[in-house]
Amino acid sequence: MSEQKERALQNSQDTRAQALARLLLRPARGSLWQAILLPVLAVFTALIIGALVIVFTDVQVLNLYKDFFAAPGKALAASWKSIASAYSALFKGSIGNPAEFANAFSVLRETGDTAPLRQAFWPISESLVTSVPYIFAGLAVALGFQCGLFNIGAEGQIFIGALASVYVGYSVKGLPQYIHLPLAFFTGAAAAGLWAAVAGLLKAKTGAHEVINTIMMNYIAFLLSDWLLNGPMKRPGWSPISPAIQDSAWLPKFFPDPLRFHAGFFVALAIAALVYWLLFKTTIGFEIRSVGANPDAARYAGISVTRNFILAMFLSGALAGMAGANEVLGVNHQLASAFSSGYGFDSIALALLGKSHPVGVVLAALLFGTLRSGATRMQSLAGVPIDIISILQALVIIFIAAPAIIRWLYRLRLEREVGETVFTRGWGQ
Amino acid sequence: MAVAARNAELTIARRRHVGTGVFFLLVALLILAFFVRTTAPDLTTTFGLNPARLTTALKLPDLVLPSLPSLWFLTVVCAFLGGWQLAKGFRSTGWALGVVAFAFVAAFLIWAARGKSMNLVGMLSSSVLRSIPIALAAFCGILCERAAVINIAIEGMMLTGAFMAAWIGSITHSLWIGLLAAMLASGLLAAILAVLSIKFKVDQIVSGTVINIFATGLTSYLSAKFLQVYQNLNNPGIFKPIPLPLLSRIPLIGPVFFEHNIIVYITFLLLILIHVMLFYTRWGLRTRAVGEHPKAADTLGVNVFRTRYINVIMGGLVAGIGGAFFTIGSVGRFDEVMTAGKGFIGLAAMIFGKWTPLGAFGSSIIFGFADSLQTKLQILQVPIPSEFLLMAPYLVTMIVLAGVIGRAVPPAADGQPYEKQ
Repeated sequence: MSEQKERALQNSQDTRAQALARLLLRPARGSLWQAILLPVLAVFTALIIGALVIVFTDVQVLNLYKDFFAAPGKALAASWKSIASAYSALFKGSIGNPAEFANAFSVLRETGDTAPLRQAFWPISESLVTSVPYIFAGLAVALGFQCGLFNIGAEGQIFIGALASVYVGYSVKGLPQYIHLPLAFFTGAAAAGLWAAVAGLLKAKTGAHEVINTIMMNYIAFLLSDWLLNGPMKRPGWSPISPAIQDSAWLPKFFPDPLRFHAGFFVALAIAALVYWLLFKTTIGFEIRSVGANPDAARYAGISVTRNFILAMFLSGALAGMAGANEVLGVNHQLASAFSSGYGFDSIALALLGKSHPVGVVLAALLFGTLRSGATRMQSLAGVPIDIISILQALVIIFIAAPAIIRWLYRLRLEREVGETVFTRGWGQ
Repeated sequence: MAVAARNAELTIARRRHVGTGVFFLLVALLILAFFVRTTAPDLTTTFGLNPARLTTALKLPDLVLPSLPSLWFLTVVCAFLGGWQLAKGFRSTGWALGVVAFAFVAAFLIWAARGKSMNLVGMLSSSVLRSIPIALAAFCGILCERAAVINIAIEGMMLTGAFMAAWIGSITHSLWIGLLAAMLASGLLAAILAVLSIKFKVDQIVSGTVINIFATGLTSYLSAKFLQVYQNLNNPGIFKPIPLPLLSRIPLIGPVFFEHNIIVYITFLLLILIHVMLFYTRWGLRTRAVGEHPKAADTLGVNVFRTRYINVIMGGLVAGIGGAFFTIGSVGRFDEVMTAGKGFIGLAAMIFGKWTPLGAFGSSIIFGFADSLQTKLQILQVPIPSEFLLMAPYLVTMIVLAGVIGRAVPPAADGQPYEKQ
């Protein structure tokens, strides 16, 4: 090793040691305020830019802007109307319509009929149902981040988890629910964990970067599930759908239709608490975080980097697999191809927004679930394509990852950065 | 420490040495078990050496091989190379590995087309076509990473390029303006990536992922809002193939390489241009210095930040051409998320090609071959589910990345933001 390279290594080790110290020390009190304020402002700013996108892709509004100088009021009013209809559809689609609530309660008081009430609560139930896979997948990506691993493969792992758990769900018969349900759920988690551990193993043994490997494994997982659903796991008939799972594998529901809210929500919260405990209260978690902060220092301290890469990828994959299992056992009760539609990819943004902390992830997942289920309504009512959500997410990550932009926009004072994890170390070792 | 490291390296080298030998033998066994066993003795395999379409190239007779003897021959070749590697060992396993890989692919083709005929030239020609976006993505990666900026946003840049080429090309009725728009849009995304990673020092994987998400969202949004509603906005037409005079008349090589559209030729030109610029010009020397040791380059008066900005934006322009290939270079319309991971495969090609344009181009051809193989085999009705054949490029990428075929060393400063002191 040349002297220059050695010195460069020395320098980088110094900064990495500082990173370790930063990560393992508690954040200072003063920065807590910005730790909350920055994500809020990031989401707020993204919504404003999203509004601009909505306005400037609205053909009717654009036509009014052609004679802006003749009638500026008209154009502005139309812009406002366009934004208001989109975002109010978003709100009604995700939280609910206040008028509907009031009406439903008065119907309940007069006739005792709960149907309107269930209808009124439907949006919020949908938001919570959509949040559940986000919590699992967000925890998956966050746990990877804590170990310095960038798991872009959550989407594929969701598919693997769903495949495994739907298989247990429909093929195993005659078991009581308290055995069948956990069996199906954790088989999904374990299958996805093993799937993801391959990427961890490759990283640990050959230095192959997990980003490309997990992306490649995504495509392989999609093709695998296509093949299974068109062949071995196909139900009789034309469409590529698996058989329906046994009733004994259903996650319990609490309310009659159309409310789909199910026990998966509480499982997700429990798992989030478990992840918190594992990461911050156990030796395993300490090792994972040490490797994430500085693999060289961790190795020097006697921590096996290889083992932790594989373990963290396994756990990360298992969490993503739970998202898939949850969708199968709690919502769809069968598996159709392309069922996930992007939970895994969204969860990257979500984990960054939640600062890779389980509490942050749960809050961010609630936000994303709300946004997404509202966006479906926005698409049908206001004609705004659901892909606006991806744009908002990208903007949120930009503002979270480059807080300098938000500070500059809102003239915030610079405070000390806390706990930044670094993923980019070149493609080799 | 140095001695221990050298010992460890030797152990790894020895292990890899034995591993390679065993791998060769396994390939021989594989050919024996799957191909030889299932082939009837009196079949022949016919490879067409002339393109199916009208061509200016000189005609060649078809290549007719007896299937079973050819397969036995290939088995013996692989077994011999494996035995030799275990007993004596090759000094450099590169060419032996090439031969074994070639033997396996040849055996597979002979087996797949046994008793039938397969147009080899057509397949190779489509391999070149399919390798073009991968090669352009790899070139983009090389331009960025030689200056130590990791760019995993190539996928998003190409997607945006594909969208803009289709959209602007349709509006202006000019493919060239479409191509230019694709380059500019992709270059703009590259500029954003550059600002995020160079100025704001955002983790480069994060900033790349952001751009991918943003590009996917924006193109799908605009496509749903406009292209799907107004079909005439998504009908740009395509660049027609132009046979190059003289070159296209060479048998075999002519139809494979020189009967394509202009974007393919632009790729060939870029290959030569980037190679020469990177290794024989002052700009190239500076770029490589910035990628390997930015502090040293800075001390000698090279503007590290400016070099990185220029390289990343140039990479974006190249990725834009790759994106345009998807729409105005092949199918003539934009579909959501149509790049399907080609940008990431391009990165793998870059790594496989050891950050050199020639190597990257060669590996892109391999990926393109794997891709076109799968369509050909579907036509031949090979009894393997098409999903598994479609997995091939992704599996090859992972195998390549795992360094089965030698270790690739990235530029030393790859991915690290530069702090001026």
